[in-house]
Amino acid sequence: MSTYHHSLAIRERLCHGCTHCMKKCPTAAIRIEKGRAQVDSAKCINCGQCMQACANNAIGVEQSPFEMLFSFKQRVAIVPAVFFSQFEEEITNKQICMALYDIGFTHLYFAEFGIDILDVLGVTEPEDVPKPVISNYCPAVKHLIHTRYPGLVQHLSRLRAPSQLTAILARAEVDLLSGSPEDTGVFLITPCPAKIAELKTEESDGIITGLFDGVLNLDTVYNMVRNSLTKNRRRFAAALEDTILPPMTARACKWSLIAGEKPTDTLRRLAIDEIHQVIDFLEYIEEEDDLTIDFLELKSCAEGCVGGILCTRNKFLAKERLTHLVTQFPETLDDATRARILAHADLLRENVYEQEPETDESIKLDEDLEVAIHKMEKARRIVAALPGIDCGLCGAPTCAELARDIAQSSASIRQCAVLRLKDPKELNTLARIWGEKISTES
Amino acid sequence: MHTVFPVEAGNFTKAGNVSSDVKRMLKQLGVPHKTVKRIVVALFEAEVNVIAHSWGGQVEITVDPKQVLVRVVDTGPGIPDLDLAMTEGFSTASEEVREMGYGAGMGLPNIRNNADELKIETGANSHTDIHMTFYIDEE
Repeated sequence: MSTYHHSLAIRERLCHGCTHCMKKCPTAAIRIEKGRAQVDSAKCINCGQCMQACANNAIGVEQSPFEMLFSFKQRVAIVPAVFFSQFEEEITNKQICMALYDIGFTHLYFAEFGIDILDVLGVTEPEDVPKPVISNYCPAVKHLIHTRYPGLVQHLSRLRAPSQLTAILARAEVDLLSGSPEDTGVFLITPCPAKIAELKTEESDGIITGLFDGVLNLDTVYNMVRNSLTKNRRRFAAALEDTILPPMTARACKWSLIAGEKPTDTLRRLAIDEIHQVIDFLEYIEEEDDLTIDFLELKSCAEGCVGGILCTRNKFLAKERLTHLVTQFPETLDDATRARILAHADLLRENVYEQEPETDESIKLDEDLEVAIHKMEKARRIVAALPGIDCGLCGAPTCAELARDIAQSSASIRQCAVLRLKDPKELNTLARIWGEKISTES
Repeated sequence: MHTVFPVEAGNFTKAGNVSSDVKRMLKQLGVPHKTVKRIVVALFEAEVNVIAHSWGGQVEITVDPKQVLVRVVDTGPGIPDLDLAMTEGFSTASEEVREMGYGAGMGLPNIRNNADELKIETGANSHTDIHMTFYIDEE
């Protein structure tokens, strides 16, 4: 399997090594080394909890430079409905669309329109995906399951992400109009660092690669749209009649909200938000065979995508506006829109499923079982000597994690501040027994 | 590697806790998922038996590169008729226990179906000692 991309970066200059992010990380992927946070990309699921926890703005999400847009003549924006929820009520949906055109886009599509594409094509979950089907809509949860819950991987939905289906259709339509495919650039606007990581990880069948020409962070585009709205207030007010919102159904519009996902063929659904709660639940159900649930919707961010890491507005107000936005869309698509989808039915049908899932376990102590047993025994003896108060001063989130790191030779017991204060001589003895940190940098 | 987990009699609120701890441990060791699943299913049944029938006991896990040994030992009434207890659907569980959703008579049969080797030693009004062996599955 190709290495999973990592979209969160520590800005070393701004990081104080305060441990906030380390304490919040749901997969214990962060350590503080030499006063700076370090992320273990094998464990990181790009959920962005660290970014929310950071008071110093020291964690950033990479994105494509916006100027990239202008190397294309046709500039398509795939916009999530959540984007519209970021603005207060006096800014209308049409004004937001106008501002998106004003900053440089030539075509707008809703990311969630992919839900309607699946519906029009009559595509449902493959029969061999066992119940409960676990939604793959949230890329952080999807990656979490791939790396930590091998027993649940086969339960993951195999339907392609809605934004990707929308991108396929958008590209086909725009290419057809312009007649020059090399002039079409498709850009995804997203509030989600995990989405960015997913799209930058090359899938071995190469479908994702090349689907988008760039990924833009929602907060960046938000700022640009805000600017445009301020400058063009009068002009936008005059021309509003000519602007129309891209099509989508109410059902698709609510997909990113908690309990918003309603696959057509499921009866009993359960929705859980917030990554720590999701992990607690997955631990619980991993070996459970007799769940009477058909569909599990799991979202990493509290309140779903309105709580997205790169969203700017209070998530509850955003949720309220998005819920209201839902009411402005029809229950079913009009015939013209259905015809647009059906015109590219063959191309879309070829791509409606993702490839068979692979696992890439990140929690093993070692690939060799004998070595892993040895390391675990060692970690057990070490943890018995540690204070057990999980203070984090050593640079690991818990005493158990430090013990694991020492057993892996990636840390030394000398890092324990409590033992150092208590008995520095004893600490030397312990360090001799359990070994020093072996630097992996070469 | 040898690890001991105590199991408290009568406390159904904790049912499954030992199985979960063992699962987490085996996953970290990199024991293949197929083996982990068999162990957890069998162990959960044995754990519930200790809670429902015994006066208290413990789970002992020994892991080596070829196999996982699971010993579930308790002091208690013992199993009077082992052959009968191995029959699917046979149960001596009290009405109270059944109302909690346990005691369907699938415990020992489930253990037998999942373990590669099974040895049960029991004495009336004294103890039950279950030895299960799980060979590590090929991945």
